[in-house]
Amino acid sequence: MASSRTPAIMKQGRLTPWLYLLPALIVMSIYILYPMINTIGLSLKDANSKGSAATTCIEGQPCWGILENYRYALMHEINTTSAKTTWDSFWLSSYGNQIKWLLVMVSGTVGIGLLFAVLVDRIKQEALAKSIIFMPMAISFVGAGVIWKFVYAYGSSKIQIGFLNVIITGLGGKPVTFLSEVPLNTFMLIIVGIWMWTGFCMTMLSSAIKAIPEEVIEAARIDGANETKIFFNVMVPIISPTIVVVLTTMVINVLKLFDIVYVMTGGNFSTDVIATRMYTEMYKNFQTGRGTAIAVILILIILPFIYMNVKRFMAQEEMR
Amino acid sequence: MNRAVINRKLNKVPTHVIIVITLIMWLIPTIGLLVTSFRPLQDINTTGWWTALSSNRTSDKPRFTLSNYVDAIVGYRGTKSYTEECASGTSVTYKCDTSDILNPRGMGRAFLNSLMVTVPSVILPILFATFAAYAFSWMEFKGRMLIFAVLVGLQVVPLQMTLVPVLRMYVNLKMNGTFWGVWFFHTGFGLPYSIYLMRNYIGGLPKDLFESAYLDGASTWTAFTRLVIPLATPAIASLAIYQFLWVWNDLLVSLTFLGGTKPVMTYQISNMVTSLGAGWHLLTAAAFLSMLLPMVVFFSLQKFFVRGMLAGAVKG
Repeated sequence: MASSRTPAIMKQGRLTPWLYLLPALIVMSIYILYPMINTIGLSLKDANSKGSAATTCIEGQPCWGILENYRYALMHEINTTSAKTTWDSFWLSSYGNQIKWLLVMVSGTVGIGLLFAVLVDRIKQEALAKSIIFMPMAISFVGAGVIWKFVYAYGSSKIQIGFLNVIITGLGGKPVTFLSEVPLNTFMLIIVGIWMWTGFCMTMLSSAIKAIPEEVIEAARIDGANETKIFFNVMVPIISPTIVVVLTTMVINVLKLFDIVYVMTGGNFSTDVIATRMYTEMYKNFQTGRGTAIAVILILIILPFIYMNVKRFMAQEEMR
Repeated sequence: MNRAVINRKLNKVPTHVIIVITLIMWLIPTIGLLVTSFRPLQDINTTGWWTALSSNRTSDKPRFTLSNYVDAIVGYRGTKSYTEECASGTSVTYKCDTSDILNPRGMGRAFLNSLMVTVPSVILPILFATFAAYAFSWMEFKGRMLIFAVLVGLQVVPLQMTLVPVLRMYVNLKMNGTFWGVWFFHTGFGLPYSIYLMRNYIGGLPKDLFESAYLDGASTWTAFTRLVIPLATPAIASLAIYQFLWVWNDLLVSLTFLGGTKPVMTYQISNMVTSLGAGWHLLTAAAFLSMLLPMVVFFSLQKFFVRGMLAGAVKG
């Protein structure tokens, strides 16, 4: 336990530790704790944060009373006339898109990252290859947005300057407007996310793979296992704790994701995710109540991951 | 024996092929941007960027130019180019001397603003985090584990949660649009991760070190300045790079608290993307300018960055 590590002589005055903690605690209270509580309060008020959210209800329309902003946040994008419209509109809503992002981007980054980490382990120019995959981490989402907008560019019916459309027209196909074609556009945005974050996953997983003792792999090889078997039956189980860490980190990252969508489509053409929708409500529509309600929904979705992180941390402390 | 060697070499072929293909796919978008940023405006809009690299060309005009970068730095968005307009002497918006580098619409000014935002936003959280991590690692106090557990949880709080209340607070305090506002916001959000990382490192320093220091009569402050700070330098370096990249590349915070009053690079570019005035020649040059510093930092200090990343994850 941590307490036993402290030298007995170091039991200082009662106040001293707090003096060291004070600057950090003050700043975090002002910028994280207080606003979190305040946001919850604002989400129950109207657009100007004056009256209760219940006052924004319209006669004859569904209303959740004081939780009206939550009704708006959850239901507004959904067309509930029939089961089919509900289903279709859900998949084009910010929540549906967020699920697409989660499924495709998390599996993409972790999958490619893992595969690349394993492959690159066997070649000589490992460091260089890893740097190239890792490089997009240094670039801002805004910069990456510009880079990929250019790749996806749609010139006109005659001239194509976007790399992807040139390949398509070169193969005899018709040029595609990648960023406005629903539902293709969301997946085109996800590719940008994968491009940016695979390096992170690869680096984390690669260091875990390197920590596997050589003898373990050798032993499996002598037993006649082929490379695929070694990968799935030996490597993956050993590094599974790291895979879990990388997975949760990526899920949290994707849930908070804002910049790629904001820069590339501005959330238009049904590409909104939770964070961009919140921004639009807050700063374009000036609907503070609705915007903060979306923010609260976001933290509720993230809450289980916060719990997991704390729990994992506690277990780690026990072992120290 | 020989056959085994050949077999092993052959086995490596698909590995190499997959790796090379992946690398090319990863590099092409960035190369496209880089090449385009050096091409004349006319060429960009008529041919793909790869044609600039081909050897047979019909036109005898130069294939590369720096004029996009000049335009991006001064923020020129007209129909000609900054140099042409200045040469013709008709410019209304520009003085055509060195002061244009700091034109509020340009990337030159935005670069300075980004620096102004980033430097204190890196130093402050590291300073505060080192203080706090020292207390968490080597001092006894009530609620130590509890506070630290809360801190681990706070790492994941999305900053979107806090934008509105903080913005309101800033408007009341007249702090909106000031660098102070951004510095402290980034400090607040950088702290949970920074403290966590620093505590992992400082808590791992040998106990004897502190014991002998105290036996020699050192105060906690002496131990902090003489022992902790020098020994924690590698962790501080990791953290500095991490925080630098995060703040430099941030859009949302600058967009909310600074907006157009003190435009940073990411803000300026996102503005160009959404406004109609800017073509690819400006965008590509501006984007590349914004990547320059992070790329240099990243490639020269990659080792520290990776080390920090690995140490920072809550491990199972």
